[in-house]
Amino acid sequence: MLLQGKSITKSFPGALALDAVDFNLLPGEVHALLGENGAGKSTLVKCLTGAYRRDAGAILLDNQPINPRSTLEAQDLGIGTVYQEVNLLPNLTVAENLYLGRQPRRLGLVSTRRMNAGAREILSGYGLQIDVSRELSSYSIAIQQIIAIARAVDLSGKVLILDEPTASLDATEVQMLFSIIRHLRDDGLGIIFISHFLDQVFEICDALTVLRNGRLVGTAKPADTSRLKLVNMMLGRSLEEEIHKEKDRTASVDPVQLQFKNFGRSGHIKAFDLDIRKREIVGVAGLLGSGRTEMAELLFGAVGHDSGEALAEGKPLRLTSPRAAVAQGFAFCPEDRKRDGIVADLSVRENIILALQGQRGWLRALSKSEQTAIADGYIARLDIRTPDCEKPVGQLSGGNQQKVILARWLATNPRFLILDEPTRGIDVGAHAEIIRFIEALCDEGMSLLVISSELEELVDYSQRVIVLRDRAHVAELTGDAITTSNIIRAIASDGHEDKVLAS
Amino acid sequence: MNPRYLPLLATIAIFILAYALCYSQYPNMLSTRVVGNLLTDNAYLGIAAIGMTFVILTGGIDLSIGSVIAFTGVFIAVLLANTSMHPLSVFALALLIATCFGGLMGGIIHTLEMPPFIVTLAGMFLARGMAFVLSTESIPITHDFYDTLQDVFFRVPGKGRLTLVGIIMIVTVIVGVVLAHRTRFGSYVYALGGGLPAAKLMGVPVARTTVCVYALSGFMAGLSGIVFSMYTSAGYSLAAVGVELDAIAAVVIGGTLLTGGSGFMIGTLIGVLIMGLIQTYIIFDGTLSSWWTKIVIGGLLFTFILLQRGLVWVTSRARI
Ligand SMILES: Nc1ncnc2c1ncn2[C@@H]1O[C@H](COP(=O)(O)OP(=O)(O)OP(=O)(O)O)[C@@H](O)[C@H]1O
Ligand SMILES: [Mg+2]
Repeated sequence: MLLQGKSITKSFPGALALDAVDFNLLPGEVHALLGENGAGKSTLVKCLTGAYRRDAGAILLDNQPINPRSTLEAQDLGIGTVYQEVNLLPNLTVAENLYLGRQPRRLGLVSTRRMNAGAREILSGYGLQIDVSRELSSYSIAIQQIIAIARAVDLSGKVLILDEPTASLDATEVQMLFSIIRHLRDDGLGIIFISHFLDQVFEICDALTVLRNGRLVGTAKPADTSRLKLVNMMLGRSLEEEIHKEKDRTASVDPVQLQFKNFGRSGHIKAFDLDIRKREIVGVAGLLGSGRTEMAELLFGAVGHDSGEALAEGKPLRLTSPRAAVAQGFAFCPEDRKRDGIVADLSVRENIILALQGQRGWLRALSKSEQTAIADGYIARLDIRTPDCEKPVGQLSGGNQQKVILARWLATNPRFLILDEPTRGIDVGAHAEIIRFIEALCDEGMSLLVISSELEELVDYSQRVIVLRDRAHVAELTGDAITTSNIIRAIASDGHEDKVLAS
Repeated sequence: MNPRYLPLLATIAIFILAYALCYSQYPNMLSTRVVGNLLTDNAYLGIAAIGMTFVILTGGIDLSIGSVIAFTGVFIAVLLANTSMHPLSVFALALLIATCFGGLMGGIIHTLEMPPFIVTLAGMFLARGMAFVLSTESIPITHDFYDTLQDVFFRVPGKGRLTLVGIIMIVTVIVGVVLAHRTRFGSYVYALGGGLPAAKLMGVPVARTTVCVYALSGFMAGLSGIVFSMYTSAGYSLAAVGVELDAIAAVVIGGTLLTGGSGFMIGTLIGVLIMGLIQTYIIFDGTLSSWWTKIVIGGLLFTFILLQRGLVWVTSRARI
């Protein structure tokens, strides 16, 4: 047995996060840790690595009891971890992040040159050729995520723990990560893998452990179980076998609500034309760095456009700032909830009404009871797991924080909602519910632009899918052409062929 | 170019520009004599500001240094006057006390999770009070060794003098630069400024770093107190009032972010020199009131804070 947790217990004020949970990790094993949002997965990981002090229980590494009191001690024991929320330090350089605490030294002084060379070498193993002497914050979330993984892998002599590492990665990067994981596994490392993507779990894992409400539900081998059984174990109920209602793919007959003509910004995203109808759900697909987030920021006025114009029902729209966009009934739920999203110290209620209050202006303040009513409504509809709406958001589990942000923008009741990776980190149970909820909103007249790396999800609800590559629109799929394979083909087809078509 | 060098470059540009302006009016200002005096006159501030830079890089603040400078001065003067201890052992003792005092504040800040502002504010009153307990009068220091120290200087071509005090400051800056940019301790300091939760999860020894940073600041304040006593040949409990604020100003003008995590040691030196330059200019002019120093420094501070805000905004927009 490589790493063993014996009846680990951890309580927070008002919540028992782990109730005597046992966990066993073998060497050369990829072990999935599964459970709903708030089940206690991240808490277990933090107890095992000394980030939290456990209330009770024992931890054994190589059958020797260990008692890491800080993550540093765990690192020294050979346990490398990518935590779910905060990963790295934005103000340090990429190389410093990779080597913090173990920088190569010469004559007692840090050798920046050797450190940078080492960092470049580490990252080239992940297909990243970037300037490692720049600050981490100058890179996108996905790149930061890869850097965090690279650091943890490099630190893990015995155990590697990955808490939702694939949330901001696209398919190619996930495959790259998996080949690295397989390699480490063959070297005899034990790997704990947390994810809400069951496909990934079945693909990579040798064993799985399911938690529910802080309790151990069971352990299984992927070969002996099925997706359905697994979901039952996680939710404690069966997810109604989705009657996959054949989506009405006939082109929407609703009037065009928004028109973007030749809209673009040089260096950011190439100018594009986009019409959005009322009640329509437009999906956006593309690899990371293909300009998905840039497109969303442009539409929302977070960065100014330098060409083209926007029209609403034929009338010109001013989209010079997010404020102007919100005033026009736009809403944007951004990808990076840590940077642009939650205010960790404010309560769930305050976080949910934040955008709505901003839209109304501070003169027309919502009364406390109105606020509570709105917050409670979304807590129920999105199944946010929190004891009450006054709990600071920072104390919710990662997936529940994501739901709070979603609620914040839904509460503004927008006519055009942009969602950037809305279901990231959200468990299977809540996932379907959220999508149904969004569809219901569209039926009431809202239009929606959804950016997602999960192609099945896009295929499931989009009436139209736009494919981006190299910061330009390269394809638009409608009707029956919307299939995962078509999207993948559009993403992958090389630019050369396109030019021929275009000329 | 890497945007993190921008505040530093702005500081250097302002310094060169200011010096050029002064030179165009008073060509004498480029003499080695003026430069030497600039270093000597601002040595105590420079040393204290280097310690302050470390504290500010972690996202903290140390308001106690002015009082610690005064305390050290009085402590030395009293011991030299009333005992037969050698000044060097008195210095060692003073540095030990100042370092422990700083470390203690760091320990309190970490274990009780108190804001550094409050803890060091208390430290400021405490150190000043201790100085008063030792003596309320200004005590002159008359010791042969002090005379010897004051006579140590290098002549530089053009009648300039590089005094011992100036040399100590330059050495301090060099040590500060190496410590901040070339050691693991330095990277931990920046890590704390980047965010406590992330730093903790990445295995930064938070407790040790916090204690060390405030201890270092205390040590630097003690050293600054020694230098100040050499400079003034006296110990006075009302000396160095408000030096902590001058030090903070120098750090910020030097391009260090007040919220922590970003900045350069060498910037602080230039910040100190800019402030010294303004003073020198006012002395050269002869008609201006010394309040102009404060006004210009106020303006510069404001400019730099604006610059930093703008920079943070620009870099957070420009992601690759
Ligand atoms: N710092 C904290 N203070 C108080 N309660 C907390 C804290 N951290 C977690 N909790 C609570 O502990 C429970 C388990 O949270 P945990 O983060 O382990 O969930 P999770 O399984 O990782 O969920 P997710 O899939 O959403 O990441 C939740 O109910 C959460 O509210
Ligand atoms: Mg979690």
